[in-house]
Amino acid sequence: MMENLVNIFVKSVFIDNMIFAYFLGMCSYLAVSKTVKTSTGLGIAVIFVLGFTVPVAYLIENYLLKEGALVWLSESFHDVDLSFLSFIIFIALIASMVQLVEMIIEKFSPTLYNSLGIFLPLIAVNCAILGGSLFMQERAYNNIAEATAFGLGSGVGWFLAIVGIAAIREKIRYSNVPDPLKGLGITFIITGLMGIAFMGFMGIKL
Amino acid sequence: MNAEKEPLFSSKNLKLLTEPLNDSNPITVQVLGVCSALAVTVKLKPAFVMALSVMVVMAVSNVVISLLRKTVPPRIRIIVQLVVIAAMVILVDQVLKAFVFDISKQLSVFVGLIITNCIIMGRLEAFALSNKPWQSFLDGIGNAAGYGVILLIVAFFRELLGSGTIWGYKVIPESVYDFGYENNGLMILPPMALIVVGAIIWIQRAKNKKLVESN
Repeated sequence: MMENLVNIFVKSVFIDNMIFAYFLGMCSYLAVSKTVKTSTGLGIAVIFVLGFTVPVAYLIENYLLKEGALVWLSESFHDVDLSFLSFIIFIALIASMVQLVEMIIEKFSPTLYNSLGIFLPLIAVNCAILGGSLFMQERAYNNIAEATAFGLGSGVGWFLAIVGIAAIREKIRYSNVPDPLKGLGITFIITGLMGIAFMGFMGIKL
Repeated sequence: MNAEKEPLFSSKNLKLLTEPLNDSNPITVQVLGVCSALAVTVKLKPAFVMALSVMVVMAVSNVVISLLRKTVPPRIRIIVQLVVIAAMVILVDQVLKAFVFDISKQLSVFVGLIITNCIIMGRLEAFALSNKPWQSFLDGIGNAAGYGVILLIVAFFRELLGSGTIWGYKVIPESVYDFGYENNGLMILPPMALIVVGAIIWIQRAKNKKLVESN
């Protein structure tokens, strides 16, 4: 049981990395990765939100949307299939989860809240979150613990990627990049190279 | 009818259509919508379907938001935009599932991710909220075309070099393989999409000096 969870976690951090394998959340990844400090803030916020959202999306998927998921209400609902609604429900869920996480953090850890600041609301439109929920739906995890492990793992993977690229971008300011490649171009290529490095983790099993 | 009504395809309107293809390309210049762009470019066919879906969603939601622009209070505009986009994406997803099921399986979650594709939100915010429906429609088509062009270029090279096919047809003759040519397996892997886009940006900016960033 525990091994399985660790396995899912490690797999989603290194092998199925949100950025390097699926390009999810690239927009904020490219926009916010200029300094390590801000990207750490955004990365932590993403870990929080993914870790909360994916399990809740799992519950919604299995007790509301899937075919036959409404049986707990009444036997007569056994052939109701609401899965076509999942996009709109997940996006609403994400928007409200972001709000909720924001309030919880503000209440319990004002220092963290201040350092995350503007990044929390931005996360609602980060495709990594919706992507995480949709991958959870597609891969059909067996229980909520697995879904949580997947959510947290994806968040940590995203965090690693953005902090890594921010560190490289801080250094690259001092190197002599060809003019047309400056800024966006070199960032794309570095991300590609980091992705190739991450492919080295392929096949790791615990 | 007022006399000053401009023709449907005035030069200003045409510019809305052509500018995103190069000078303000959504992917290589505005950096919008990169997320879903890269994952679907292993083969040409899914890339084409994806580009077409984005075009439909974008054109329609641009028009709808532009029609609603005077009635929606600014405070709730984001949620209204999300609902419009999500409804369109659900429609597109159901159509794809009904008519091209295997491609919709290949695209997997990326059709759903059109919802959070920043290209759509970005254009709604930047353009449709302050312009008339027809202009917004052109802007939507133009930006989606700019997005689609990059998608198709990347997919073309990845499919040609990675699997030796174009649109599923073999184009590299058997005799070349007999000489020891092999498909480049690296091109199929995700990181190469990023490097190909990097190369496209490099070429575009080398030709178009005013796009070069200072830092």
